[in-house]
Order: sequence, then structure tokens, then C-alpha cells
Amino acid sequence: MVKQSMERDPEISIRLFSDPHLLSTIRATVEGLAKVVGFAEKSRGLLMLAIDEALANVIRHGYEGRTDEMIWVHLWQVREPRGIRIIIEDLGRSVAPEKIKGRDLSDVKPGGLGVHIIKETMNESCWEQRPEGGMRLTLVKWLSPEELQNVTPSKPENTLP
Amino acid sequence: MNQELVIEQKTIGDMIVLRPTGDIDMARSSAIRKVVTEVVRTRPAKLVIDLTVVDYMDSSGIATMIEALQVSMRNKMKFVLVGVGPKVRSAFEITKLIGMFTICDTVEDAGK
Repeated sequence: MVKQSMERDPEISIRLFSDPHLLSTIRATVEGLAKVVGFAEKSRGLLMLAIDEALANVIRHGYEGRTDEMIWVHLWQVREPRGIRIIIEDLGRSVAPEKIKGRDLSDVKPGGLGVHIIKETMNESCWEQRPEGGMRLTLVKWLSPEELQNVTPSKPENTLP
Repeated sequence: MNQELVIEQKTIGDMIVLRPTGDIDMARSSAIRKVVTEVVRTRPAKLVIDLTVVDYMDSSGIATMIEALQVSMRNKMKFVLVGVGPKVRSAFEITKLIGMFTICDTVEDAGK
């Protein structure tokens, strides 16, 4: 349901129920691809955190805690600049993107940290309302210059063996 | 699929040490919240949460730690985090909340 025109297929596509118990499985998958791309351990940890927060927000706000709704996660390696792109889609409650904001961190209180974590971690984060209902979140993170230096050249994207 | 959170509880002198095992995420943070609430009712002088065997914590886990800190302060208890590993530390750092907490390397240090 996700593939946008003019784009190649994602390396990994997952459809999951909106069940918090499944988040650890997605974290492990994201970490695995991030390792292939060349992200260092700290970046991989933050990437997992950002994806986790994005999915938790879908479950908590989009589906209001219901555990039997659908979420789609698509992961791409990107080459120029080298990094990872993730699209998360749902059919939950739709929110105007301009209303999605991180809160003021000087106000120390529990909750509301997810959007801040996503924006701090990712180089790009873009929420959109899907025409067919629900939301689409596109996330991009590039390798840092230090991580790039440690990456060995690889074959072109999606090259078949 | 991750397992239910196991939380070991120990009393050492006038402090209670909670030692959760595994990831603390949306599916599991409520278990810690529940145990903290129960422990605070017993009014120990110090509540220690030992995160030595916690590899991952999301914002719901951080929110739980903030709640535990705040409820400890309200009840005039000391609150200490122990064994904060790199991934958990990153989560605290990115939310700029690391400075709110007293963090020790070991439970022995927390008891001093």
C-alpha cells in the first residue's frame, strides 16, 4: 500500500498489528538494517528509539491503544547521502501535521517526549495525512562523516545477485 | 515478542533496590510503575533502580523514571539510578533529562 510512484521497492516491508509487544521485533529489524548501512552502535540505538517512539505514537494516539489495527513499516537503504529511510503508515486518527510538535523540555514531566526524540534523532521527519485515511511518517537518517569513513563501498542498491 | 518484565526486589539497610530485566518499552513500563507505587507506600529512605540488565529504554520508561523521581521527592525519599548503560544513557541524554537524576555505577555506591 505504500509504494510511492517513481520509487524502488523497500529493502524490508513489514505489516504488523498495533500491539506494543511487537515493538521489540521492529526495533531488532531496524537495528539489523542500520548495521548493514553502516551506522555505529550509538546511532543505531537512537534510530531504534526514534522508530519505537513513532510506532508508540501511532498505537497511543492514532489507534487510541487498540492492539488489533494495522501498521505498515517500510525500510530503504539510501545512497546519496548514505543512510536509511523509513516510512510508517497507519489507518488511525488523522492529525494535521502542523499540530505534531515536541513539547518544551524545560517543563519536566512524564510523557510527550516521543516527537522530540524523533526530531532530534532523524535528519528528516515528515508527517502527512494520507488521502485514504490515517497518517504517513517519513523518516530519514544519514551516516555521520565518521561513520561514512568506516563504510566499505558496496554494490548498487537493489542489485540482484 | 518480548517477555513480561521481571523485576527483582531487594532490601539493603534502609534502601529498596528494584532490578528490572530486559527492555523497558511501551509494553513493559507499566509493570515498573506499579512496583514503584507499591514500594513508595513502604517509605524506604532510598529507592534505587538498578538498570544494569536493561539494554533499552524508550520514552515511556523515561516517563516512569521521572514519575518515580517525583513521587520519591514528594515522600522525602532519595531516588538513585544505577548501572545506566550506553543505550539507556543516550535516551536520557536526548531528552535532556540526564541531569535530573542521581546516577551511580553500582548499588554499593548508591548506598553510600
